[in-house]
Amino acid sequence: MIQILKKINGINNIVENNNLIEIEFENKNILKIFAQLKENSKLKFNQLLDITAVDYPSREFRFDLVYILQSLTINKKIILKTIIKENENIESITNIHRSADWYERECYDLFGIEFLNHPDLRRIMTDYNFEGYPLRKDFPLTGHTEVRYDDLEKKVIYEPVKLSQEFRDFDSESPWEGMENNLFGDEKSTGDN
Amino acid sequence: MKELELNTTTINFGPQHPAAHGVLRLVVELEGEVVQRAEPHIGLLHRGTEKLIEYKTYLQAVPYFDRLDYVSPMCQEHAFALATENLLGIDVPERAKYIRVIFAEVTRILNHLLNIPAYAADIGAVTPFLWCFEEREKLLEFHEAVSGARFHAAYFRPGGVHQDMPEGMEEKLFEHFKTLPKFVDDLESLLTNNRILRQRSVDIGIISKAEAIEWGCSGPVLRSAGVAWDLRRSQPYDAYDQVDFDVPVGKKGDCFDRYLVRIEEMRQSINIINQCLHKIKPGPISIEDNKITPPKRNQMKKSMEALIHHFKLFTEGYRVPAGQVYSAVEAPKGEFGVYLVSDGSSKPYRCKIRAPGFAHLQTLDHLSKGHLMADIAAILGSLDIVFGEIDR
Repeated sequence: MIQILKKINGINNIVENNNLIEIEFENKNILKIFAQLKENSKLKFNQLLDITAVDYPSREFRFDLVYILQSLTINKKIILKTIIKENENIESITNIHRSADWYERECYDLFGIEFLNHPDLRRIMTDYNFEGYPLRKDFPLTGHTEVRYDDLEKKVIYEPVKLSQEFRDFDSESPWEGMENNLFGDEKSTGDN
Repeated sequence: MKELELNTTTINFGPQHPAAHGVLRLVVELEGEVVQRAEPHIGLLHRGTEKLIEYKTYLQAVPYFDRLDYVSPMCQEHAFALATENLLGIDVPERAKYIRVIFAEVTRILNHLLNIPAYAADIGAVTPFLWCFEEREKLLEFHEAVSGARFHAAYFRPGGVHQDMPEGMEEKLFEHFKTLPKFVDDLESLLTNNRILRQRSVDIGIISKAEAIEWGCSGPVLRSAGVAWDLRRSQPYDAYDQVDFDVPVGKKGDCFDRYLVRIEEMRQSINIINQCLHKIKPGPISIEDNKITPPKRNQMKKSMEALIHHFKLFTEGYRVPAGQVYSAVEAPKGEFGVYLVSDGSSKPYRCKIRAPGFAHLQTLDHLSKGHLMADIAAILGSLDIVFGEIDR
Protein backbone atom coordinates (compact mmCIF):
# COMPACT_ATOMS: atom_id res chain seq x y z
CA MET A 1 0.00 0.00 0.00
CA ILE A 2 2.83 2.37 0.84
CA GLN A 3 4.21 1.77 -2.67
CA ILE A 4 0.93 2.89 -4.25
CA LEU A 5 0.79 5.93 -2.00
CA LYS A 6 4.32 6.95 -2.95
CA LYS A 7 3.37 7.07 -6.63
CA ILE A 8 0.73 9.74 -6.05
CA ASN A 9 1.98 13.12 -7.15
CA GLY A 10 2.39 15.75 -4.44
CA ILE A 11 2.87 13.42 -1.49
CA ASN A 12 6.09 14.30 0.28
CA ASN A 13 6.64 12.14 3.26
CA ILE A 14 5.06 8.92 4.52
CA VAL A 15 5.52 7.65 8.07
CA GLU A 16 4.02 4.39 9.26
CA ASN A 17 3.26 4.27 12.94
CA ASN A 18 1.58 1.11 14.28
CA ASN A 19 -1.83 0.99 12.59
CA LEU A 20 -1.72 4.55 11.36
CA ILE A 21 -0.13 6.11 8.29
CA GLU A 22 0.85 9.76 8.38
CA ILE A 23 1.35 11.59 5.12
CA GLU A 24 2.55 15.08 4.38
CA PHE A 25 1.45 16.71 1.14
CA GLU A 26 1.63 20.02 -0.73
CA ASN A 27 -1.56 21.99 -0.53
CA LYS A 28 -1.62 23.04 -4.18
CA ASN A 29 -2.17 19.42 -5.21
CA ILE A 30 -4.93 18.77 -2.70
CA LEU A 31 -7.76 18.05 -5.16
CA LYS A 32 -5.71 15.64 -7.25
CA ILE A 33 -4.44 13.77 -4.22
CA PHE A 34 -7.84 13.30 -2.62
CA ALA A 35 -9.43 12.27 -5.91
CA GLN A 36 -6.72 9.66 -6.46
CA LEU A 37 -6.93 8.35 -2.92
CA LYS A 38 -10.66 7.91 -3.34
CA GLU A 39 -10.72 6.45 -6.84
CA ASN A 40 -7.68 4.17 -6.83
CA SER A 41 -9.18 0.68 -6.71
CA LYS A 42 -6.42 -0.60 -4.43
CA LEU A 43 -6.86 2.19 -1.87
CA LYS A 44 -10.49 3.38 -1.90
CA PHE A 45 -10.13 5.96 0.83
CA ASN A 46 -13.78 6.84 0.46
CA GLN A 47 -14.71 7.93 3.96
CA LEU A 48 -13.58 11.29 5.27
CA LEU A 49 -13.63 11.11 9.05
CA ASP A 50 -12.49 14.55 10.06
CA ILE A 51 -10.77 17.77 9.13
CA THR A 52 -9.01 19.77 11.78
CA ALA A 53 -6.11 22.13 12.31
CA VAL A 54 -3.35 22.67 14.83
CA ASP A 55 -2.11 26.18 15.54
CA TYR A 56 1.61 26.95 15.95
CA PRO A 57 1.71 30.76 16.30
CA SER A 58 5.51 31.01 16.17
CA ARG A 59 5.87 29.30 12.81
CA GLU A 60 5.85 31.07 9.46
CA PHE A 61 3.41 28.45 8.19
CA ARG A 62 1.11 28.86 11.12
CA PHE A 63 -1.34 25.98 10.76
CA ASP A 64 -1.10 22.25 10.35
CA LEU A 65 -4.20 21.25 8.45
CA VAL A 66 -5.10 17.64 9.17
CA TYR A 67 -7.39 15.34 7.19
CA ILE A 68 -8.30 11.91 8.51
CA LEU A 69 -9.41 9.37 5.91
CA GLN A 70 -10.58 5.81 6.22
CA SER A 71 -10.80 3.02 3.69
CA LEU A 72 -13.47 0.45 4.45
CA THR A 73 -12.09 -1.76 1.66
CA ILE A 74 -8.54 -2.21 2.94
CA ASN A 75 -9.39 -1.38 6.57
CA LYS A 76 -6.86 1.41 7.04
CA LYS A 77 -6.85 4.93 8.36
CA ILE A 78 -4.52 7.66 7.15
CA ILE A 79 -3.74 11.11 8.46
CA LEU A 80 -2.92 13.67 5.78
CA LYS A 81 -1.19 16.80 6.83
CA THR A 82 -0.27 20.03 5.12
CA ILE A 83 1.04 23.36 6.36
CA ILE A 84 -0.49 26.71 5.46
CA LYS A 85 0.16 30.34 6.34
CA GLU A 86 -2.23 32.48 8.33
CA ASN A 87 -3.84 34.28 5.39
CA GLU A 88 -3.47 31.50 2.88
CA ASN A 89 -6.49 29.80 1.35
CA ILE A 90 -6.89 26.18 0.51
CA GLU A 91 -9.13 24.47 -2.01
CA SER A 92 -12.27 22.91 -0.53
CA ILE A 93 -12.71 19.17 -1.05
CA THR A 94 -16.52 19.22 -0.84
CA ASN A 95 -16.74 18.07 -4.46
CA ILE A 96 -14.82 14.90 -3.60
CA HIS A 97 -16.14 14.19 -0.10
CA ARG A 98 -19.57 15.60 0.64
CA SER A 99 -19.07 15.27 4.37
CA ALA A 100 -16.25 17.84 4.15
CA ASP A 101 -18.93 20.56 4.15
CA TRP A 102 -19.42 20.87 7.90
CA TYR A 103 -15.87 19.88 8.80
CA GLU A 104 -14.50 22.76 6.72
CA ARG A 105 -17.05 25.13 8.21
CA GLU A 106 -15.93 24.10 11.66
CA CYS A 107 -12.30 24.65 10.75
CA TYR A 108 -13.14 28.07 9.35
CA ASP A 109 -15.13 28.95 12.45
CA LEU A 110 -12.58 27.91 15.03
CA PHE A 111 -9.30 28.67 13.23
CA GLY A 112 -10.19 31.19 10.52
CA ILE A 113 -8.86 29.08 7.66
CA GLU A 114 -10.74 29.90 4.48
CA PHE A 115 -11.64 27.22 1.98
CA LEU A 116 -11.99 28.23 -1.66
CA ASN A 117 -15.09 27.13 -3.57
CA HIS A 118 -16.89 25.94 -0.46
CA PRO A 119 -20.66 26.06 -1.10
CA ASP A 120 -21.63 27.71 2.18
CA LEU A 121 -18.70 28.87 4.30
CA ARG A 122 -20.37 30.24 7.45
CA ARG A 123 -19.65 29.93 11.14
CA ILE A 124 -21.11 26.78 12.67
CA MET A 125 -20.18 26.31 16.32
CA THR A 126 -19.94 29.80 17.73
CA ASP A 127 -22.71 32.31 18.40
CA TYR A 128 -24.31 34.44 15.71
CA ASN A 129 -22.12 37.55 15.18
CA PHE A 130 -19.21 36.02 17.04
CA GLU A 131 -15.81 37.59 16.47
CA GLY A 132 -12.42 35.93 16.63
CA TYR A 133 -11.22 32.36 16.18
CA PRO A 134 -11.43 30.49 19.50
CA LEU A 135 -9.05 27.60 18.92
CA ARG A 136 -6.12 29.79 17.94
CA LYS A 137 -3.51 29.81 20.66
CA ASP A 138 -3.67 33.62 21.00
CA PHE A 139 -7.42 33.55 21.82
CA PRO A 140 -7.88 33.71 25.61
CA LEU A 141 -9.50 30.75 27.36
CA THR A 142 -12.06 33.02 28.98
CA GLY A 143 -13.08 34.62 25.67
CA HIS A 144 -13.85 38.29 25.08
CA THR A 145 -17.57 38.66 25.72
CA GLU A 146 -20.09 37.21 28.12
CA VAL A 147 -23.88 37.23 28.01
CA ARG A 148 -26.50 37.83 30.63
CA TYR A 149 -30.21 38.55 30.76
CA ASP A 150 -30.84 42.22 31.38
CA ASP A 151 -34.00 42.73 33.38
CA LEU A 152 -34.44 46.37 32.37
CA GLU A 153 -33.99 45.87 28.65
CA LYS A 154 -35.82 42.53 28.80
CA LYS A 155 -33.30 40.82 26.56
CA VAL A 156 -29.98 39.00 26.58
CA ILE A 157 -27.08 41.42 26.30
CA TYR A 158 -23.39 41.03 25.48
CA GLU A 159 -20.71 42.55 27.71
CA PRO A 160 -16.92 42.34 27.86
CA VAL A 161 -15.79 39.55 30.18
CA LYS A 162 -15.44 40.65 33.80
CA LEU A 163 -13.40 38.34 35.98
CA SER A 164 -13.83 38.73 39.72
CA GLN A 165 -10.47 37.06 40.07
CA GLU A 166 -7.71 37.27 37.49
CA PHE A 167 -7.33 34.19 35.33
CA ARG A 168 -4.77 31.95 36.97
CA ASP A 169 -2.82 29.48 34.92
CA PHE A 170 -0.53 27.63 37.29
CA ASP A 171 2.65 26.31 35.80
CA SER A 172 3.31 23.29 37.96
CA GLU A 173 5.74 21.67 35.58
CA SER A 174 9.01 20.79 37.14
CA PRO A 175 11.78 22.86 35.55
CA TRP A 176 14.35 20.13 36.15
CA GLU A 177 12.89 17.45 33.94
CA GLY A 178 13.44 17.63 30.23
CA MET A 179 15.91 20.50 30.51
CA GLU A 180 18.07 20.67 27.43
CA ASN A 181 20.40 23.64 27.67
CA ASN A 182 23.10 23.12 30.25
CA LEU A 183 23.73 25.59 33.01
CA PHE A 184 26.89 27.65 33.16
CA GLY A 185 29.63 25.56 34.75
CA ASP A 186 28.03 22.20 33.97
CA GLU A 187 30.82 21.30 31.59
CA LYS A 188 33.20 21.09 34.54
CA SER A 189 31.40 18.03 35.92
CA THR A 190 31.88 16.01 32.74
CA GLY A 191 35.25 17.30 31.54
CA ASP A 192 38.58 15.63 32.13
CA ASN A 193 39.85 18.30 34.56
CA MET B 1 -44.87 40.22 -17.12
CA LYS B 2 -45.76 36.97 -15.46
CA GLU B 3 -45.64 36.95 -11.71
CA LEU B 4 -43.99 34.00 -10.04
CA GLU B 5 -45.49 32.88 -6.81
CA LEU B 6 -43.34 31.14 -4.26
CA ASN B 7 -45.33 28.75 -2.21
CA THR B 8 -42.73 27.85 0.35
CA THR B 9 -43.10 28.54 4.03
CA THR B 10 -40.08 28.79 6.29
CA ILE B 11 -40.52 27.67 9.85
CA ASN B 12 -38.28 27.49 12.84
CA PHE B 13 -38.07 24.13 14.63
CA GLY B 14 -36.46 24.40 18.06
CA PRO B 15 -34.16 25.25 19.82
CA GLN B 16 -36.71 24.44 22.52
CA HIS B 17 -38.60 21.46 21.19
CA PRO B 18 -38.96 18.05 22.82
CA ALA B 19 -38.35 16.21 19.54
CA ALA B 20 -35.17 18.17 18.83
CA HIS B 21 -33.28 15.98 21.35
CA GLY B 22 -31.55 18.90 22.98
CA VAL B 23 -30.85 22.31 21.59
CA LEU B 24 -31.19 21.99 17.84
CA ARG B 25 -32.46 24.88 15.80
CA LEU B 26 -33.76 23.74 12.45
CA VAL B 27 -34.83 26.13 9.74
CA VAL B 28 -37.20 24.16 7.57
CA GLU B 29 -38.47 25.27 4.20
CA LEU B 30 -41.81 23.70 3.44
CA GLU B 31 -43.99 23.48 0.40
CA GLY B 32 -47.35 22.64 1.87
CA GLU B 33 -46.27 20.02 4.34
CA VAL B 34 -43.41 18.65 2.26
CA VAL B 35 -39.87 19.49 3.34
CA GLN B 36 -37.80 21.21 0.65
CA ARG B 37 -34.78 22.03 2.76
CA ALA B 38 -33.86 21.51 6.39
CA GLU B 39 -30.93 23.49 7.68
CA PRO B 40 -29.63 22.66 11.15
CA HIS B 41 -28.17 25.49 13.20
CA ILE B 42 -25.93 23.92 15.79
CA GLY B 43 -23.55 25.20 18.41
CA LEU B 44 -26.09 26.20 21.04
CA LEU B 45 -24.42 23.85 23.48
CA HIS B 46 -20.86 24.72 22.44
CA ARG B 47 -18.74 24.79 25.60
CA GLY B 48 -15.29 24.86 24.07
CA THR B 49 -14.28 21.44 25.38
CA GLU B 50 -11.33 21.20 22.99
CA LYS B 51 -9.96 24.56 24.11
CA LEU B 52 -10.43 23.68 27.79
CA ILE B 53 -8.58 20.40 27.39
CA GLU B 54 -5.52 22.30 26.11
CA TYR B 55 -5.29 23.91 29.55
CA LYS B 56 -5.69 20.72 31.57
CA THR B 57 -3.40 17.79 32.26
CA TYR B 58 -4.17 14.46 30.65
CA LEU B 59 -5.87 13.18 33.78
CA GLN B 60 -7.92 16.33 34.26
CA ALA B 61 -9.14 16.04 30.67
CA VAL B 62 -10.89 12.70 31.31
CA PRO B 63 -14.08 14.11 32.93
CA TYR B 64 -14.72 16.38 29.95
CA PHE B 65 -15.34 13.28 27.89
CA ASP B 66 -18.23 12.17 30.11
CA ARG B 67 -19.91 15.45 29.38
CA LEU B 68 -19.74 15.17 25.61
CA ASP B 69 -22.27 12.52 24.77
CA TYR B 70 -23.82 12.42 28.22
CA VAL B 71 -25.86 9.33 27.32
CA SER B 72 -22.84 7.09 26.82
CA PRO B 73 -20.10 8.50 29.03
CA MET B 74 -17.68 5.60 29.41
CA CYS B 75 -17.24 4.89 25.72
CA GLN B 76 -15.80 8.34 25.19
CA GLU B 77 -13.34 8.10 28.03
CA HIS B 78 -12.31 4.89 26.33
CA ALA B 79 -11.25 6.72 23.16
CA PHE B 80 -9.23 9.28 25.11
CA ALA B 81 -7.60 6.62 27.30
CA LEU B 82 -6.60 4.64 24.21
CA ALA B 83 -5.16 7.73 22.51
CA THR B 84 -3.10 8.71 25.53
CA GLU B 85 -1.89 5.14 26.07
CA ASN B 86 -0.90 5.00 22.44
CA LEU B 87 1.25 8.12 22.81
CA LEU B 88 2.74 6.88 26.08
CA GLY B 89 3.42 3.51 24.47
CA ILE B 90 1.91 1.49 27.30
CA ASP B 91 -0.31 -1.57 27.32
CA VAL B 92 -2.91 -1.98 30.05
CA PRO B 93 -3.25 -5.24 32.05
CA GLU B 94 -5.61 -8.00 30.98
CA ARG B 95 -8.18 -7.42 33.71
CA ALA B 96 -8.45 -3.71 32.93
CA LYS B 97 -9.13 -4.58 29.30
CA TYR B 98 -11.99 -6.88 30.24
CA ILE B 99 -13.45 -4.39 32.71
CA ARG B 100 -13.35 -1.74 30.01
CA VAL B 101 -15.08 -3.97 27.50
CA ILE B 102 -17.77 -4.95 30.03
CA PHE B 103 -18.52 -1.35 30.92
CA ALA B 104 -18.29 -0.11 27.34
CA GLU B 105 -21.01 -2.62 26.54
CA VAL B 106 -23.08 -1.69 29.60
CA THR B 107 -22.85 1.88 28.34
CA ARG B 108 -23.91 0.78 24.87
CA ILE B 109 -27.04 -0.86 26.30
CA LEU B 110 -27.68 2.28 28.37
CA ASN B 111 -27.46 4.42 25.27
CA HIS B 112 -29.78 2.24 23.21
CA LEU B 113 -32.21 1.99 26.12
CA LEU B 114 -32.52 5.75 25.90
CA ASN B 115 -32.51 6.14 22.16
CA ILE B 116 -35.06 3.46 21.27
CA PRO B 117 -37.85 4.66 23.59
CA ALA B 118 -37.08 8.33 22.87
CA TYR B 119 -37.43 7.54 19.20
CA ALA B 120 -40.65 5.65 19.90
CA ALA B 121 -41.94 8.57 21.96
CA ASP B 122 -41.20 10.95 19.09
CA ILE B 123 -43.51 8.97 16.85
CA GLY B 124 -46.25 8.29 19.34
CA ALA B 125 -45.45 5.47 21.77
CA VAL B 126 -45.10 6.53 25.40
CA THR B 127 -44.93 3.27 27.37
CA PRO B 128 -41.44 2.08 26.27
CA PHE B 129 -39.95 5.26 27.69
CA LEU B 130 -41.13 4.40 31.20
CA TRP B 131 -40.11 0.75 30.88
CA CYS B 132 -36.64 1.50 29.62
CA PHE B 133 -35.91 4.11 32.25
CA GLU B 134 -36.52 1.53 34.93
CA GLU B 135 -34.02 -0.80 33.24
CA ARG B 136 -31.55 2.03 32.76
CA GLU B 137 -31.67 2.78 36.45
CA LYS B 138 -30.61 -0.79 37.24
CA LEU B 139 -27.65 -0.51 34.89
CA LEU B 140 -26.68 2.88 36.27
CA GLU B 141 -26.33 1.23 39.64
CA PHE B 142 -23.47 -0.80 38.17
CA HIS B 143 -21.89 2.42 36.95
CA GLU B 144 -22.24 3.83 40.43
CA ALA B 145 -20.84 0.71 42.08
CA VAL B 146 -17.57 0.84 40.15
CA SER B 147 -17.00 4.56 39.80
CA GLY B 148 -19.09 6.26 42.43
CA ALA B 149 -21.08 8.26 39.91
CA ARG B 150 -24.10 7.39 37.86
CA PHE B 151 -23.15 9.35 34.77
CA HIS B 152 -19.96 11.34 34.98
CA ALA B 153 -17.88 8.34 35.86
CA ALA B 154 -14.28 9.29 34.97
CA TYR B 155 -13.61 5.58 35.31
CA PHE B 156 -11.51 4.66 32.26
CA ARG B 157 -8.24 6.45 32.78
CA PRO B 158 -5.03 6.37 30.79
CA GLY B 159 -3.20 3.32 32.15
CA GLY B 160 -6.24 1.24 33.08
CA VAL B 161 -9.35 1.87 35.12
CA HIS B 162 -9.66 3.90 38.30
CA GLN B 163 -10.41 1.10 40.75
CA ASP B 164 -11.28 -2.56 40.74
CA MET B 165 -14.88 -3.72 40.67
CA PRO B 166 -16.30 -4.23 44.17
CA GLU B 167 -16.43 -7.77 45.51
CA GLY B 168 -19.28 -9.87 44.18
CA MET B 169 -19.82 -7.50 41.26
CA GLU B 170 -19.14 -10.17 38.64
CA GLU B 171 -21.90 -12.42 40.02
CA LYS B 172 -24.31 -9.51 40.23
CA LEU B 173 -23.61 -8.54 36.63
CA PHE B 174 -23.98 -12.15 35.57
CA GLU B 175 -27.34 -12.46 37.36
CA HIS B 176 -28.60 -9.20 35.91
CA PHE B 177 -27.70 -10.04 32.35
CA LYS B 178 -29.61 -13.31 32.66
CA THR B 179 -32.83 -11.30 32.95
CA LEU B 180 -32.09 -8.54 30.46
CA PRO B 181 -32.69 -10.57 27.24
CA LYS B 182 -36.25 -11.14 28.45
CA PHE B 183 -36.68 -7.40 28.77
CA VAL B 184 -35.38 -6.80 25.25
CA ASP B 185 -37.91 -9.36 23.97
CA ASP B 186 -40.69 -7.60 25.86
CA LEU B 187 -39.60 -4.25 24.45
CA GLU B 188 -39.64 -5.68 20.98
CA SER B 189 -43.11 -7.13 21.48
CA LEU B 190 -44.30 -3.58 22.17
CA LEU B 191 -42.64 -2.00 19.18
CA THR B 192 -41.41 -4.13 16.31
CA ASN B 193 -44.79 -5.24 15.01
CA ASN B 194 -46.60 -2.13 16.13
CA ARG B 195 -48.54 -0.77 13.19
CA ILE B 196 -48.01 2.89 14.04
CA LEU B 197 -44.27 2.46 14.49
CA ARG B 198 -43.99 0.72 11.16
CA GLN B 199 -46.13 3.28 9.37
CA ARG B 200 -44.01 6.07 10.73
CA SER B 201 -40.60 4.52 10.15
CA VAL B 202 -40.53 2.06 7.24
CA ASP B 203 -39.22 3.76 4.07
CA ILE B 204 -38.59 7.01 5.93
CA GLY B 205 -35.17 8.64 5.67
CA ILE B 206 -33.53 6.04 3.45
CA ILE B 207 -29.76 6.24 3.13
CA SER B 208 -27.99 4.01 0.62
CA LYS B 209 -24.72 2.16 1.17
CA ALA B 210 -22.66 4.53 -0.96
CA GLU B 211 -24.25 7.63 0.53
CA ALA B 212 -23.70 6.44 4.08
CA ILE B 213 -19.98 5.98 3.44
CA GLU B 214 -19.76 9.24 1.49
CA TRP B 215 -21.36 11.25 4.29
CA GLY B 216 -19.01 9.81 6.89
CA CYS B 217 -21.72 7.84 8.72
CA SER B 218 -20.69 5.17 11.16
CA GLY B 219 -22.21 2.91 13.78
CA PRO B 220 -25.85 1.81 13.52
CA VAL B 221 -26.56 4.34 10.74
CA LEU B 222 -23.88 2.84 8.50
CA ARG B 223 -24.79 -0.73 9.44
CA SER B 224 -28.49 -0.19 8.78
CA ALA B 225 -27.54 0.72 5.20
CA GLY B 226 -26.07 -2.77 4.81
CA VAL B 227 -22.38 -2.14 5.43
CA ALA B 228 -21.03 -4.71 7.87
CA TRP B 229 -18.56 -2.33 9.49
CA ASP B 230 -17.85 -2.32 13.18
CA LEU B 231 -14.60 -1.02 14.67
CA ARG B 232 -14.86 -3.58 17.45
CA ARG B 233 -14.51 -6.21 14.72
CA SER B 234 -12.41 -4.55 12.02
CA GLN B 235 -9.88 -2.72 14.20
CA PRO B 236 -10.29 -4.41 17.60
CA TYR B 237 -9.04 -2.60 20.68
CA ASP B 238 -8.69 -3.83 24.27
CA ALA B 239 -10.27 -7.27 24.65
CA TYR B 240 -12.65 -7.16 21.69
CA ASP B 241 -10.47 -9.62 19.77
CA GLN B 242 -11.10 -12.16 22.56
CA VAL B 243 -14.89 -12.18 22.23
CA ASP B 244 -17.20 -13.49 19.58
CA PHE B 245 -20.20 -11.50 18.45
CA ASP B 246 -22.35 -10.78 15.41
CA VAL B 247 -22.56 -7.49 13.58
CA PRO B 248 -26.21 -6.88 12.67
CA VAL B 249 -26.82 -5.13 9.34
CA GLY B 250 -29.94 -3.65 7.79
CA LYS B 251 -31.20 -3.98 4.24
CA LYS B 252 -32.75 -0.68 3.30
CA GLY B 253 -31.18 1.94 5.54
CA ASP B 254 -34.47 3.49 6.66
CA CYS B 255 -35.53 4.52 10.16
CA PHE B 256 -37.00 1.11 10.89
CA ASP B 257 -33.72 -0.65 10.01
CA ARG B 258 -31.81 1.65 12.31
CA TYR B 259 -34.23 0.76 15.09
CA LEU B 260 -33.84 -2.98 14.41
CA VAL B 261 -30.05 -2.76 14.34
CA ARG B 262 -30.04 -1.11 17.76
CA ILE B 263 -32.31 -3.76 19.26
CA GLU B 264 -30.03 -6.51 17.97
CA GLU B 265 -26.93 -4.66 19.19
CA MET B 266 -28.30 -4.78 22.72
CA ARG B 267 -28.55 -8.58 22.46
CA GLN B 268 -25.00 -8.77 21.14
CA SER B 269 -23.78 -6.54 23.96
CA ILE B 270 -25.33 -8.87 26.54
CA ASN B 271 -23.58 -11.72 24.75
CA ILE B 272 -20.22 -9.89 24.88
CA ILE B 273 -20.60 -9.09 28.58
CA ASN B 274 -21.37 -12.73 29.38
CA GLN B 275 -18.27 -13.91 27.51
CA CYS B 276 -16.12 -11.34 29.31
CA LEU B 277 -17.46 -12.38 32.69
CA HIS B 278 -16.41 -15.95 31.93
CA LYS B 279 -12.92 -14.93 30.81
CA ILE B 280 -12.04 -12.22 33.32
CA LYS B 281 -9.39 -13.20 35.89
CA PRO B 282 -8.16 -11.46 39.03
CA GLY B 283 -5.13 -9.26 38.55
CA PRO B 284 -3.97 -5.66 38.42
CA ILE B 285 -6.44 -3.13 37.01
CA SER B 286 -3.96 -0.49 35.90
CA ILE B 287 -0.32 -0.42 34.94
CA GLU B 288 1.95 -0.54 37.94
CA ASP B 289 4.16 2.33 36.87
CA ASN B 290 3.64 5.02 39.49
CA LYS B 291 4.95 7.64 37.09
CA ILE B 292 1.59 7.37 35.32
CA THR B 293 -0.98 5.86 37.68
CA PRO B 294 -1.15 7.10 41.26
CA PRO B 295 -0.05 4.81 44.11
CA LYS B 296 -2.58 3.16 46.43
CA ARG B 297 -3.86 5.17 49.34
CA ASN B 298 -2.40 2.92 52.06
CA GLN B 299 1.01 3.06 50.38
CA MET B 300 0.76 6.81 50.47
CA LYS B 301 0.35 6.73 54.25
CA LYS B 302 3.56 4.75 54.70
CA SER B 303 5.96 5.65 51.95
CA MET B 304 7.43 9.09 51.28
CA GLU B 305 8.14 8.07 47.70
CA ALA B 306 4.48 7.22 47.12
CA LEU B 307 3.39 10.53 48.61
CA ILE B 308 5.70 12.46 46.29
CA HIS B 309 4.44 10.54 43.28
CA HIS B 310 0.85 11.19 44.27
CA PHE B 311 1.48 14.91 44.69
CA LYS B 312 3.34 15.24 41.40
CA LEU B 313 0.71 13.28 39.48
CA PHE B 314 -2.15 15.43 40.69
CA THR B 315 -0.42 18.78 40.24
CA GLU B 316 1.94 18.49 37.32
CA GLY B 317 0.59 15.31 35.77
CA TYR B 318 2.71 13.02 33.62
CA ARG B 319 4.59 14.05 30.55
CA VAL B 320 3.53 12.48 27.30
CA PRO B 321 6.12 12.04 24.52
CA ALA B 322 5.67 14.42 21.58
CA GLY B 323 3.71 13.03 18.68
CA GLN B 324 0.27 12.71 17.20
CA VAL B 325 -2.26 9.93 17.26
CA TYR B 326 -5.81 9.21 16.18
CA SER B 327 -7.66 6.59 18.22
CA ALA B 328 -11.22 5.62 17.58
CA VAL B 329 -13.71 3.42 19.36
CA GLU B 330 -17.07 2.08 18.32
CA ALA B 331 -19.23 4.24 20.56
CA PRO B 332 -22.96 3.43 20.64
CA LYS B 333 -23.59 6.22 18.13
CA GLY B 334 -20.75 5.39 15.77
CA GLU B 335 -17.07 6.05 15.39
CA PHE B 336 -15.92 8.29 18.21
CA GLY B 337 -12.35 9.39 17.66
CA VAL B 338 -9.76 11.45 19.45
CA TYR B 339 -6.96 13.13 17.52
CA LEU B 340 -4.32 14.05 20.05
CA VAL B 341 -1.21 16.15 19.49
CA SER B 342 1.38 16.25 22.25
CA ASP B 343 4.33 18.61 22.46
CA GLY B 344 6.05 16.61 25.18
CA SER B 345 4.56 18.52 28.11
CA SER B 346 1.95 17.32 30.59
CA LYS B 347 -0.94 19.01 28.77
CA PRO B 348 -2.27 18.10 25.33
CA TYR B 349 -1.24 20.61 22.67
CA ARG B 350 -4.39 19.89 20.69
CA CYS B 351 -7.23 17.47 21.23
CA LYS B 352 -9.71 17.15 18.42
CA ILE B 353 -12.83 15.15 19.13
CA ARG B 354 -14.50 13.36 16.25
CA ALA B 355 -18.15 13.01 17.14
CA PRO B 356 -20.28 10.56 15.17
CA GLY B 357 -23.41 12.68 15.61
CA PHE B 358 -21.78 15.61 13.82
CA ALA B 359 -21.52 13.61 10.62
CA HIS B 360 -25.00 12.14 11.06
CA LEU B 361 -26.73 15.46 11.60
CA GLN B 362 -25.12 16.74 8.45
CA THR B 363 -27.11 14.20 6.44
CA LEU B 364 -30.42 15.45 7.83
CA ASP B 365 -31.05 17.85 4.95
CA HIS B 366 -30.43 15.05 2.48
CA LEU B 367 -32.55 12.51 4.38
CA SER B 368 -35.56 14.70 5.01
CA LYS B 369 -35.92 16.15 1.51
CA GLY B 370 -39.31 15.23 0.10
CA HIS B 371 -40.64 13.86 3.37
CA LEU B 372 -43.37 15.38 5.51
CA MET B 373 -42.61 17.78 8.32
CA ALA B 374 -43.66 15.17 10.89
CA ASP B 375 -41.05 12.75 9.53
CA ILE B 376 -38.25 15.06 10.59
CA ALA B 377 -38.89 14.06 14.19
CA ALA B 378 -38.68 10.39 13.20
CA ILE B 379 -35.46 10.88 11.23
CA LEU B 380 -33.82 12.91 14.00
CA GLY B 381 -34.75 10.28 16.57
CA SER B 382 -33.41 7.43 14.45
CA LEU B 383 -30.07 9.19 13.87
CA ASP B 384 -29.50 9.24 17.63
CA ILE B 385 -28.54 12.87 18.01
CA VAL B 386 -27.10 14.14 21.29
CA PHE B 387 -25.95 17.71 21.35
CA GLY B 388 -23.28 17.33 23.95
CA GLU B 389 -21.03 15.63 21.45
CA ILE B 390 -22.06 17.54 18.33
CA ASP B 391 -21.48 21.01 19.77
CA ARG B 392 -18.62 19.93 22.03
